[in-house]
Amino acid sequence: MSTNANTVVSARGLSKRYKNAAALDNVSFEIQPGRIVGLIGPNGAGKTTALKAILGLTDFQGELSVLGLDPRKQRGKLMEQVCFIADVAVLPRWIRVREAVDFVANVHPRFDRKKCEAFLARTKLQPEQRVKQMSKGMIVQLHLALVMAIDARLLVLDEPTLGLDILYRKQFYQSLLEDYFDENKTIIVTTHQVEEVEHILTDLMFIRDGRIVLDADMDAVGERFAELMVGADRTAEARALKPIDERQVFGKSIFLFDGVARAQLEALGEIRRPSVSDLFVATMKGTYA
Amino acid sequence: MKTPALNEMYWLVKREFWEHRGGFLWTPVIVGGVFLLLNLMGIIAGEVLGGHFNGHANFIGNNMHLFDRALTGADANKIGAGLDIMMFSTSALVSIVLGFVVFFYFLGALYDDRRDRSLLFWKSLPLSDSATVLSKVVAGTILAPVIAVICGVLTGIGMLLLFAVTLSFHGIGVWQLLTYAHPFRVTANLIGAIPLYTLWALPATGWLLLCSAWARSKPFLWAVALPVAVGLVLWWFNLLGGRIMGGNWYWHDVCGRILLSVFPGGWIGPQHYADLGGTVDHTMDFLSLANAYSVMGTPSFWIGAVAGLALLAGAIWLRRWRDDN
Repeated sequence: MSTNANTVVSARGLSKRYKNAAALDNVSFEIQPGRIVGLIGPNGAGKTTALKAILGLTDFQGELSVLGLDPRKQRGKLMEQVCFIADVAVLPRWIRVREAVDFVANVHPRFDRKKCEAFLARTKLQPEQRVKQMSKGMIVQLHLALVMAIDARLLVLDEPTLGLDILYRKQFYQSLLEDYFDENKTIIVTTHQVEEVEHILTDLMFIRDGRIVLDADMDAVGERFAELMVGADRTAEARALKPIDERQVFGKSIFLFDGVARAQLEALGEIRRPSVSDLFVATMKGTYA
Repeated sequence: MKTPALNEMYWLVKREFWEHRGGFLWTPVIVGGVFLLLNLMGIIAGEVLGGHFNGHANFIGNNMHLFDRALTGADANKIGAGLDIMMFSTSALVSIVLGFVVFFYFLGALYDDRRDRSLLFWKSLPLSDSATVLSKVVAGTILAPVIAVICGVLTGIGMLLLFAVTLSFHGIGVWQLLTYAHPFRVTANLIGAIPLYTLWALPATGWLLLCSAWARSKPFLWAVALPVAVGLVLWWFNLLGGRIMGGNWYWHDVCGRILLSVFPGGWIGPQHYADLGGTVDHTMDFLSLANAYSVMGTPSFWIGAVAGLALLAGAIWLRRWRDDN
């Protein structure tokens, strides 16, 4: 398989061990431009390690190319084209809004100051305000305004909305979609709040115990997986088709199938597209056991 | 026309100044201000109690004894030297404070942002780790001493004026006395010593930044306890009769240099002063730049500088690869 010249991230045989636990275990994947990829997995599955490898923040075994660059050796060049928001509240507490804008404007060659100021004008942030005087939601607004004003090709978000209230969370993803994302940009996002991102994702990647257990675009996910609601009388037939998950709601059984023909399922009951969170829960069963 | 690299360095150093405005600017300003205030209190107390300049009260930290000494010798040279020493002494006080500020600045410089995770924000910008570490060296051993010198000189001038005004109340034509002083020469000496300071401080700069980049917690303990423990082990071996290395050499040229070189003036030893004659007349020669820079003629100065650069390279490497967790 030859790598497309435009491939944003290309990983082959990526491995990383911490002491005696494998954080990444021979992982291979590719990410194409213009995609929004959800990297989803339980705590300690290796999400953050994968992101750190992509950002050149950690060493690893295997091959990894990000925008055609080696993140271990060409990190300075890479970061001109890559932005990341690692979790809320990593902005330095002493910095003022004005200072943050000034600083980024002068050290980042692809930063558009006017754009940033326009984003800030939509918030309640004041130029003289310090980060330590802001709520978590406001810190994220500032960080997002800085990042969205950078014309980068890859944006990495690691739990960007953790601890924010619903208003800030909705606003965060809405801004990203309306004012930032286009076909030349790529976003990789990890989050536990799967419900909030599932309708904006174009690709889904599940990671468990350092391995990628699912890597597909959303259309393929819709074709491959199906949720079937069955009356009590036909559950035995449904079970015979080997569902990957089963639960009961209001006296009916809901089964989750992986790669079973539609026609077969339609005969048994009502088919729905499974939600990413249901898919996630079914895939990750037994992780913490 | 600024090159991109210089522009980047300018903003990196500016960032350090924003973050450490308290230590770099306000600390020397406040120390200078308090110093002037103490002297003013001394003068007022003297005026009220004694009515004569010999009766000035000697507060802790004021300069009355130097001032009185300056006036006991009648000849202009001695008065001039006394006034110059007075100006130096205010700067010396600010310098000691500067040493503490820089010491703790370096210890926190590559540690604090790992602890509060703001490292992840700085690392999201296209800045090299070498430029980042270098900007901290520049901030600590060039910017901070420049500010300290300015504050020290202004405090010294303030004090000279304070005395001049006081003495003019007593009918002494002190404005004329002041012309014996050499404030410009003193200032030039102080400013000229900054490059020397930058080089002299390198072993401590490197060591403290290395500890700062390395420690997972308590960088102060690592930075201080490690060299002291090594010294004690050496001392113990020597006690047992072993002759591994001179204990004094270790304390003076290794432990002392990697911890205390951030304090300015460490390059002038007491021996120099005696060599020059050891009297007030020679003090200005002693404090002159030529004398200060003579330390550059010693191999240990350059060995220290090279060792400092090696430690800095280690700090840059750790900054690049040290994980935040």
